[in-house]
Amino acid sequence: MILRTFGFSEFGFLLSALLWTVVLTIIALSGGGVVGFLIALARTSTQKWLRIAAATYIQIIQGIPVLMILFLSYYGLSLAGLQLPPLVAAGASMTIYASGYLAEIWRGCIQSVPKPQWEASESLAMTRAQQYRYVILPQALRISLPSTVGFAVQVVKNTSITSIIGFVELARAGQLINNATFQPFRVFIAVAMLYFVVCYPLSQLSRWLERRLHARSHH
Amino acid sequence: MSYTFQFGVIAQYQNEILAGIWMTIKLSVASIILGCAAGIVLASVRSMKPGIGRILVDAYVEIIRNTPFLVQLFIVYFGLPGMGFRVSAVTAALIGMTINLAAYSTEIIRAGIESIHKSQIEAGEALGFTKLQIYRHVIIMPAIAKVYPALCSQFVLMMLASSVCSAISTNELAASAAFIESQSYRSFEIYIVVTLIYLALALTLRGVLALAGLWLFGRRVARRTATALPEVTA
Amino acid sequence: MPEVIIENVHKSFGSVEVLKGVSLTVEPGEVIALIGRSGSGKSTLLRCINGLEKINSGRIEIAGHTVSADPKQLRELRRDVGIVFQSYNLFPHLSVGENIMLAPKIVKNIGKVQTRETAEKVLQLVGLSEKFDAYPDELSGGQQQRVAIARSLAMQPKVMLFDEVTSALDPELTEEVLNVMEQLARDGMTMILVTHEMSFARRVATKTIFMHQGKIWEEGPSKQLFGDPQTPELRQFVKSDVK
Ligand SMILES: Nc1ncnc2c1ncn2[C@@H]1O[C@H](COP(=O)(O)OP(=O)(O)OP(=O)(O)O)[C@@H](O)[C@H]1O
Ligand SMILES: [Mg+2]
Repeated sequence: MILRTFGFSEFGFLLSALLWTVVLTIIALSGGGVVGFLIALARTSTQKWLRIAAATYIQIIQGIPVLMILFLSYYGLSLAGLQLPPLVAAGASMTIYASGYLAEIWRGCIQSVPKPQWEASESLAMTRAQQYRYVILPQALRISLPSTVGFAVQVVKNTSITSIIGFVELARAGQLINNATFQPFRVFIAVAMLYFVVCYPLSQLSRWLERRLHARSHH
Repeated sequence: MSYTFQFGVIAQYQNEILAGIWMTIKLSVASIILGCAAGIVLASVRSMKPGIGRILVDAYVEIIRNTPFLVQLFIVYFGLPGMGFRVSAVTAALIGMTINLAAYSTEIIRAGIESIHKSQIEAGEALGFTKLQIYRHVIIMPAIAKVYPALCSQFVLMMLASSVCSAISTNELAASAAFIESQSYRSFEIYIVVTLIYLALALTLRGVLALAGLWLFGRRVARRTATALPEVTA
Repeated sequence: MPEVIIENVHKSFGSVEVLKGVSLTVEPGEVIALIGRSGSGKSTLLRCINGLEKINSGRIEIAGHTVSADPKQLRELRRDVGIVFQSYNLFPHLSVGENIMLAPKIVKNIGKVQTRETAEKVLQLVGLSEKFDAYPDELSGGQQQRVAIARSLAMQPKVMLFDEVTSALDPELTEEVLNVMEQLARDGMTMILVTHEMSFARRVATKTIFMHQGKIWEEGPSKQLFGDPQTPELRQFVKSDVK
């Protein structure tokens, strides 16, 4: 093996791996967003068994490590006879993970829309679907922005776990470069900095949205 | 689909599993105690007058909260030896978990402190409490009581995240699973079982924390803790 | 034929019986005032009438519909029965115009042009034509309540229910809302209103009903009921209100 030092081309490799971190984050948030949204609806449904099923799903996802979701989908998919690239296993498990948390965040937002809003819209002869579509969800959406963006930060960070099944995103790229350069401190600080560059603005955005939401609702 | 599940195989690896569970528990409990204590200290520093202390604490909190736990572990385990500190995988895991949890605890407790009203502090002064008494009884304890559910959620998240320590060869539960998997090739079964164990650990931890809350702060806080799910804030 | 028929309605929350056999008929164009002490069941009765609360027994018919548990039937009923609440409950993310046009558009599938026309008409009726594009949080309480009334009216209901719609308002603002309601009454709307405004009830309501402990304790033409209360409870109530 040729020993290299951590230089420009290595940093370039990290940057290209960061792209995969971002791709995986987008997959997780959109996939998890769709599934999580449906589960949030089930969680606030009038049907008791739907509520219980959704609550159970959320409890389970939030009660197990992301790493286990990853292993289970990785080995589960291969058991089903599907030899899929790590991206699919990673995308699938990140989707499941995100759905469990987004569902709970959004349930909270839906339920924080005051009950009289339900009554007023019901009294105007709207169907339940219309109530959600025109009255409840638009208000819940506004409330949900800060915590949803905040959760996006968690997703970005947790995509690093997919490196353990060999998906080459930023953390895995760092390991690979470290194996070639043996400059772990430099390499992983660089990796951490790249994560920070993505996460910090999102965190600040979340905070700003939070402040704005409170400023609005207090006057 | 000709695959037949064989959970029986796992039984013979009982000892590995138990050892893994025990390590996960030890790491979690230690990091919760250390991280929470550090969080109280740092949040107190943070709540003092603006100055270098506040800037440092803020920087620490932001850096930890905006980088992945796994990368933090890599820096501690692979990076520190280069600077002359050689640490075992278990020590590295404990350091990493404590550093991580301390940052989150600081942020959560800080929010609790900020929600304490000035008037309460003044009331404490009017009653002739000393500064330290006020700090303890009027600020810190009520602050923690307020954010206790969020704090507990963070503890549970940390316990679950400790599974990532297997990546630096810490021999906790997830590492046991990986070991058994490599021996038995019963991947799916072993991960199902270990996942269920984690679920049981998470529910147990939540229950224990709720009881601790009952003992520390009374019924209302405990009820909120038992029903609270991990809170996700940036 | 009566517009509203309420027959021996019972309603409990858990083990607490809140309505203990209430019966009442309302003719088209009548204005009924419901008065009574806090907790006597006025709001509950009103909410049962449009199905927001499910009754335990008895029968309610209104505007040709029977109150049932079937969501579809309830929606049919609510097209013809408007309700206005004490807390306005406007949709905060929609402008005044959108608040008013929403239900006609999506529930009745009425076209854009016509819903807009109707919205402008009802807004004018409540004296807020210039507020079409304002948002609820830019309005005073009295203005919000008038918008809420307009929002109900835009569905062109046959019966209107009002639950203490002025209780959250300052006296000056109360007046502007009461004026709107009086106008509606004069235009022949069938109305049932829960109110603490005794002089308004006396002046505008064709009939006043005094509720006490979940029952209709005393009822009659408003002037007669206030002028010559028969039961000690009503006498007590009227007296304490004057103070
Ligand atoms: N959703 C509910 N669950 C349980 N009890 C209720 C509920 N709604 C009302 N009640 C009870 O029913 C009784 C009647 O309430 P209601 O709101 O109808 O009274 P009201 O005459 O409108 O009083 P007020 O003048 O205070 O508005 C009260 O004792 C109240 O506590
Ligand atoms: Mg009432």
